[in-house]
Amino acid sequence: MLEYIGFFDIWATVIARFWPVWLSLAVILGASYHFRRSLSLYGRLFDSRIGMVGLVIVLFWILTAIFADIVAVFDPLQQFAMLKRKAPGVIDAETGQALLFGADNLGRDLFSRMVHGSRFVLVIAPAATLFAFIVGITIGLPAGYYGGKIDAFMSFLANLVLAFPVILLFYLLVTPGIRETPIPIAMAGFFFIFPIIFFGVLFYSRYATRPGLLAVQLAGTFLVGGWLYSGLVFNADPLGIITLAPNELNIFASVVFVNSPTVFRIVRGITMDIKTRDYVAAAQTRGENAWYIMLWEILPNARGPLIVDACLRIGYTTILLGTLGFFGLGLAPESPDWGSMINQTRAFIRIVPTIALPPTLALAMFVLGLNLLADGLREQSLKD
Amino acid sequence: MLQFILRRLAVMIVTMICLTLVVFYLVNLEPNLKKLALEQNNNRMTEEAVESWLEKEGYRRPLLERYAEWIGNAATGDFGQSTRFRKPVDEVLGPRIGYTGTLMFWVMITMVPTALLIGVLAGMREGSKTDRSLSVVSIASTATPEYVSGILFTVLFASWLGVLKGVSKAGGIDFNNFALPVMTMAIYGMGYIARMTRASMAEVMTAQYIRTARLKGLSFRAQVLRHALRNALIAPFTVIMLQFPWLLTGVVIVEKLFNYKGFGWTLVEAADNNDIDLLLSCSLVSVVVVLLTQLISDIGYAYLNPRIRVS
Repeated sequence: MLEYIGFFDIWATVIARFWPVWLSLAVILGASYHFRRSLSLYGRLFDSRIGMVGLVIVLFWILTAIFADIVAVFDPLQQFAMLKRKAPGVIDAETGQALLFGADNLGRDLFSRMVHGSRFVLVIAPAATLFAFIVGITIGLPAGYYGGKIDAFMSFLANLVLAFPVILLFYLLVTPGIRETPIPIAMAGFFFIFPIIFFGVLFYSRYATRPGLLAVQLAGTFLVGGWLYSGLVFNADPLGIITLAPNELNIFASVVFVNSPTVFRIVRGITMDIKTRDYVAAAQTRGENAWYIMLWEILPNARGPLIVDACLRIGYTTILLGTLGFFGLGLAPESPDWGSMINQTRAFIRIVPTIALPPTLALAMFVLGLNLLADGLREQSLKD
Repeated sequence: MLQFILRRLAVMIVTMICLTLVVFYLVNLEPNLKKLALEQNNNRMTEEAVESWLEKEGYRRPLLERYAEWIGNAATGDFGQSTRFRKPVDEVLGPRIGYTGTLMFWVMITMVPTALLIGVLAGMREGSKTDRSLSVVSIASTATPEYVSGILFTVLFASWLGVLKGVSKAGGIDFNNFALPVMTMAIYGMGYIARMTRASMAEVMTAQYIRTARLKGLSFRAQVLRHALRNALIAPFTVIMLQFPWLLTGVVIVEKLFNYKGFGWTLVEAADNNDIDLLLSCSLVSVVVVLLTQLISDIGYAYLNPRIRVS
């Protein structure tokens, strides 16, 4: 006979399991609150209630991803043949530990899978957003600044990608078949070269007159960039720190591909607005290089809306990754990411109504947190 | 104006050609063709059998030649043969688009008025308690994708309360099996429109002519209904039109979730089985929807707001 623990025991244990998260949360929030006056936009977040709630939720999931091994009770892939589709709180006879949120259709612990699922999202979503931003900024700045033919061509390309229904694009780009072709590597190779170009131009446009400093910076950029590039694109990191499975690379590159046209449009719009300002005219009169103006005059002044959009976009990417899991695209079947979990358990909600709740609520909560954070940031950045 | 529309139509056609070319290239990649051959015959075919089948069916001819042929046929209304359903594509796709149209219609009918109401109520008194709580509601709704809210609603209404059905059959539509898909889609889209409406309403409420109306001694009700509302609803119009492309993705998720056999379901079937002609037509339909709604939103915007002149 299977034994269960009660409702309150479940939640008490869940809260207790998260102890490293609570502890670090308290330390981070305490420290940030204490130094909030010297933390500019981030510090002012503490004046907005909505922003605070968002920040706490987002930090909670970041810390959960970091401490996943401590928080989780079982290995996310371990299957308990006896406990398939059991309700929350069922006790595993061997270890005496409870499966806090129940077991899925293969008898895996839903709580541990949910906790480990945060890792996949929190690695891919922010990284893909960052790459999409660098690509969008590198193309969007000259398009907005120069206008004319470059702009028309780039905008046409961006609209082309945006006219595609996202789901169809993923069905075409993220399949096992595609991984037999060089397309994912070519795509990744194309997009991941942008950060190197971006930082190269960034340093060159400012420090071209100081060759000593420039040499150090460029050497650093190419060294770090080349290291990341070989690790990410060719999965051949000489140090063996960065590895990306072919299917993850495929997903990563596709997500960057889908997101960068939108970022491009935003950056282009902001650039067209900012280039009419007086400080840009002043820089032009000084005879500054066009790239210097774009990267060192326009970009820093566009950071407010870009930070807000980055928050929203990480949430949107999370939803996108969930969609991929939901359609069973590109991810390993046993992968504990939230979208795949939803897809695998949703057929059983008639038998065990709670079976699909952990990943759905986790995903909704994380995205909600990001949205609230973006709202708080927007509110605070408008106060300037 | 006419010139503007013509130019946009020309861009539309170029976009359609580029996009279908990309789709055509991707579905004709070697692994996809092999998958198609195995799916069409039996899964234990030898390499030679696959090769000879592909040769026989004409998949080995040059890509551009076949693409030109497809475009030529499509221009005359022949969209080819679906390999998955073994029927002409227009016979498969026609009714499916109709089913999805019904779904979209009900989604729009419920989503748009609710969203506008929430937006106007929140925006007419910026910063008030109503505004704050409605804003949180709309943020929460945009943060809950269909595959999350759909499952939550199914658990809540179908499993626990037992009032609505978690599956809906295309064709036989009644409230019980249609409420959940419509609700799921409407709620995800609602938040965004509501936020745009709120922003627009809040801006209008600070305008000079509202101050004049207030100084004339008009009641708050008259200020909002007679003066603010009409101007505040121009901006959301664009947003509502631009929701259609997004609805397409939502349709795919919701139709899979509730097993509603419409356009989205067909797209998934076509993509899963590498049904080349059907997939091309699906992408054509979605691209037309996206571009047409953009065009309508631009024209409508200029029409609604005489201060904007299209150039």
